[in-house]
Amino acid sequence: MNTRSQVLLWAAQRASAAVLAVCVMVHLITLIYAVRNGLSAAEVLGRTQGSVAWAAFYALFVIAVAVHAPIGLRSVLAETFNWRGAGLEVTVVAVGLALALWGLRAVWAVFA
Amino acid sequence: MSTLSVSVWRGQESGQFQVFEVPRLESQTVLDVVTYIQRVLDPTLAYRYACRVGMCGSCAMTVNGRARWTCRTHVDKVARDGRLEIAPLGNLPVVRDLVTDMAVFFDKWARARGQFRGGATRKDDVARVPPGSPARRLADAAIECIGCGVCYSSCDVVAWNPAYLGPAALNRAWTLVNDARDTGNRARLAAVAGDAGCHACHTHMSCSERCPMKLAPTASIAGLKRATALAALRGELEV
Repeated sequence: MNTRSQVLLWAAQRASAAVLAVCVMVHLITLIYAVRNGLSAAEVLGRTQGSVAWAAFYALFVIAVAVHAPIGLRSVLAETFNWRGAGLEVTVVAVGLALALWGLRAVWAVFA
Repeated sequence: MSTLSVSVWRGQESGQFQVFEVPRLESQTVLDVVTYIQRVLDPTLAYRYACRVGMCGSCAMTVNGRARWTCRTHVDKVARDGRLEIAPLGNLPVVRDLVTDMAVFFDKWARARGQFRGGATRKDDVARVPPGSPARRLADAAIECIGCGVCYSSCDVVAWNPAYLGPAALNRAWTLVNDARDTGNRARLAAVAGDAGCHACHTHMSCSERCPMKLAPTASIAGLKRATALAALRGELEV
């Protein structure tokens, strides 16, 4: 991977961290609100199903995770196991795709 | 007279600590202790120093687990129950006893394009750099590095990623990035970016905490991260 790509990965991780900071706050506040008001699973689903706004919010959340986590994992694996090169890049891309797939599937499950 | 019990590293990468009893004196520095051992107790002890006044950066060692400049470190400050443990700097090959091979450290300064590249000739007028200009202030904040290697020895990322240029080399590059006279920044930014450069820094800040000159290499590295990211986005990072 060339230097420019490495720098752009760093920038993508910083940008996704900024998105995550907002998403995690909104998610936690919503979670606490829902629990404290005793909403049942069915009532939560009633609010999310068909809601384009919630689906868009959680889709953004999932994509930010799918960008952020693999880039961090790439550094952790390189520094901990001295693992660098194409095998590492393929592995973390696969992790990112898996996170995106499972996350978006979950978003679809509470939207549809 | 009270004494200090001093454990000193003997050998190379493999070796062991040897214990010496050293007279405790008023205003004694760690370098005084090592010098006493070499001059009085064991002349075969290898160590390195030059100026003794915190200017040359040659006497850094690991004292009770922390990298320090020994000429300006008083025993009062670091001895625990009358004991000292003195070892060579970490993250560098050991030549013998307390002497490390600094070649890799300074090679990384060269790889980070730490050399000044001027564009003017002797026929040009002297460059006028306003002392209060933002770039000059940034350079000023980082310029007083004495090259002691304390930051490099204290850096976790250097330990985990041997290709990492390290705090001192990156700090040096940052002073040149802010030098209005320098013409080598395109190549310099490419040299200091990426997985072996400033973007590997995790901002642990050990370098800034332990720098004996109270510099903040972490801030310099953060500046390089911004400058290189902008260059990458503009497609200007390749040499």
